[in-house]
Amino acid sequence: MGQAYSTIAFDPAKCDGCGKCMTACASVKFDSTDTTRSLIQIVRSGGARIEPPRPGEFELALCRQCADPKCVTVCPAGALGKNGATGVIDWDASKCVDCLLCTIGCTYAGIALDEHSGRVSKCDTCEGKPACVPACPTGALRHVTTARIYNEVGSWEDLFAPGLAGCQGCNTELLMRHALRRVGPDTVLATPPGCVPGMGSVGFNGTTGTKVPVFHPLLTNTAAMLAGVKRQYERVGRKVTAMAIAGDGGASDVGFQSLSGAAERGERILFMVVDNEGYMNTGMQRSSCTPYGAWTSTTPVGEHTRGKSQDAKNLPMIMINHRCEYVATASTAYMEDLYEKLDKALAASERGFAYLHVYSPCTTGWRFQSALNIEVARKAVESNFVTLWEYTPESGLHFTRPVDKPLPVTDYLEAMGRFRHLSPEQVEHIQKKVTENLRFVRKIAEQADEQ
Amino acid sequence: MHTTDYLIAGSSHAALEAINAIRMHDGEGSITVVTRDPHRPYSPTVLPYVVSGRSTPERVYLRDDAFFTLNKVDYRSGCALAGLDPAAHQARLADGSTIGYRKLLLATGASPVVPPIPGIDRVDYHVLRTLDDATRLRAAMAGSKNAVVLGAGLVGMHAAENLVKAGASVTIVEMSKQLTSGYFDEVAAGMIEQAFLGNGAKIRTGHRVVGLEPGPEGATLQLDNGDTIPADLLLVAVGVRPELGYLDGSGVATERGILVDDAMRTSVEDVWAAGDCAQARGFFTGTPVMNAILPDATVQGRIAGMAMAGDPGVKPYPGGVPLNTYHFFGRHAISVGSAAVPEGGRAQVRFDAASGRYLRAVFDRDERLTGIFGVNEFFDAGVMAQLILRRTDLGPLRERFFAQPLATGRELMSQLWR
Repeated sequence: MGQAYSTIAFDPAKCDGCGKCMTACASVKFDSTDTTRSLIQIVRSGGARIEPPRPGEFELALCRQCADPKCVTVCPAGALGKNGATGVIDWDASKCVDCLLCTIGCTYAGIALDEHSGRVSKCDTCEGKPACVPACPTGALRHVTTARIYNEVGSWEDLFAPGLAGCQGCNTELLMRHALRRVGPDTVLATPPGCVPGMGSVGFNGTTGTKVPVFHPLLTNTAAMLAGVKRQYERVGRKVTAMAIAGDGGASDVGFQSLSGAAERGERILFMVVDNEGYMNTGMQRSSCTPYGAWTSTTPVGEHTRGKSQDAKNLPMIMINHRCEYVATASTAYMEDLYEKLDKALAASERGFAYLHVYSPCTTGWRFQSALNIEVARKAVESNFVTLWEYTPESGLHFTRPVDKPLPVTDYLEAMGRFRHLSPEQVEHIQKKVTENLRFVRKIAEQADEQ
Repeated sequence: MHTTDYLIAGSSHAALEAINAIRMHDGEGSITVVTRDPHRPYSPTVLPYVVSGRSTPERVYLRDDAFFTLNKVDYRSGCALAGLDPAAHQARLADGSTIGYRKLLLATGASPVVPPIPGIDRVDYHVLRTLDDATRLRAAMAGSKNAVVLGAGLVGMHAAENLVKAGASVTIVEMSKQLTSGYFDEVAAGMIEQAFLGNGAKIRTGHRVVGLEPGPEGATLQLDNGDTIPADLLLVAVGVRPELGYLDGSGVATERGILVDDAMRTSVEDVWAAGDCAQARGFFTGTPVMNAILPDATVQGRIAGMAMAGDPGVKPYPGGVPLNTYHFFGRHAISVGSAAVPEGGRAQVRFDAASGRYLRAVFDRDERLTGIFGVNEFFDAGVMAQLILRRTDLGPLRERFFAQPLATGRELMSQLWR
């Protein structure tokens, strides 16, 4: 298994060219105020416009810490090398002969002459804590540490059988495999009717699709059955995680009674809802989580109806009102965020009811190309169509990925076929609903901040 | 008979890149490397620094044994290629043994040219191409009082500076009118010359050596104007060329080097060539040229390795562009592209005597960069090379580019291939 690495990411749309990253770098690396010595260089690109123009006025010259580094291959002295543990291109000052050939190799201006020392200099990511990133006031620089997940998760056992039969491009397989790997082998899993057993979690011909005990409750009684199983294990003194992976239909409609009851009683279970906004497994019928205007097989588009005529139920907000130990929303487009929440939900499920609501676009039912699932999931968050947050009774509700400059909701709606028929009035309704939903969640978040 | 899927002759940059490229696509095929050098892989480019003492022989190796073990490479040093039978897919080695191969890469590099000067066979002289050459030259340098460097290319100049710094009286003899011709223009060469003169070196450009005689200290050189120069240390550094005797009778087409196409294939099936021994398409000329420089060797080695392994990601060779860096007496010089002004194009020059900054940029008739040369003027050579290879129209940016090649180059980089 290969190694993944942390990286410094740059968003040119957010950079205003203030240069604080360069000041921080020059100061930390050279104890200097001369920003030309900084190993990260912000370059103004405005005057140098070449077609096609790109958004943002500022660009970046910084070592990419390439996986296939050209500077290393052209170094005659063996002074440069890719560090397998950190991913950084290490420069060995004692071996370097100052020939500058590396600057010929690099096409990204990532290694350059420091005229003060007469030697080349390059970013070493400050041993994993880059000084430029916290100095950036606009969020244009980020230190992406998602690699940690992949490196760790790769060594954990995949507890689902190979060959789950998901639709092409479905994120739910990704979600299931990651979630169960994290939760671990000491788990009893409930997968009520829906896509998850449809893909094969409950197995075929007498064998399960998982390497942990799994059962197939009714849509209506998932939380109740799981609570009973968990109590029995507690009674005999065995520590297991009782986990459900349920669809939004089962959880928000007919299964809601048992879900609400288990949450109210504070059953020590981890309930994960995979929200694809409908009963997708059985032929794409609407659920109470289906958004307004969406086409489904039971909210068709024709002479009399133009998709669903009611707004979606905000199930995670309802779960907050059960004062669960932990409630959070997540998205398959933000795995790092999801993992943090999985960790917290898992810990909370030992004390009480933990509820994790994951937005997972449906390639087939929402009608978009199978390669675009992550893109659609990301646009849902970036347009505030859904919001990512977490809640505990002690600290209240906090956004985990607030969106500063949301995309217009049309960017999201136009990414798929189920909204293709929308009239301008319907789009307006949805945009209003997005604003209203956001305002509602924000109010609760603000109140949490005041405490 | 030993047989191997991939046989690589040579052990420097082109060969090492080919190994990487093969292993990216084919993790299992057997790789055998044969090299006439007795050492682990190193770069000829680092040798002047071994002579100066900046580096040491044991620290210049580019790969250790663990690399070859990890990559399942059978590395055989001191094992020169002696002949080739492409029809039988067999290579003959200097020790008389034979290796069967499925695919063969010739990355045998080049050797110093020894000019046919009458008497050269009767005097002791140095060359600088192998690690052993470097060790020997370093040892000789310590006791030298009168050194002569024949040839004012980058190897000769670098060694001459080392000799000056070691305290020898140094004379540089060069056939052409200027130093470092082919790398730097007249003005830059003049700056280099001044630096050497200022440090006590003697420079005899525009002269050939017509005779060599053993002398009281070592050798006595006779120049074409009748002057004689005594030398206790003679370094011959007039250039390199590939030794291709092992190809006799093989049918592999050669001119000055081994002729290759844009996938580094030779004229013979299942035989590739890369690096200093190859003669590949020149970016500017479109015809096969010798471009014996390190960066090009890595590009060619990569392409050859990918092509040999059948990697579908292989892209055709873009053509060789001259790329050189050079340090002299604390100053740096960088040369990217062609110094010649193309028809209808122009060269722009600026020089600041106070700072010693010199810049020359060459543009073709369509305002595209074809060459850029600086002394004490730093720019990102890799970015410049891309601008040339991408034939980027600098158009209205040309003036600003010339005023600030570093910043403007980075802006263009950000927009074009970020």
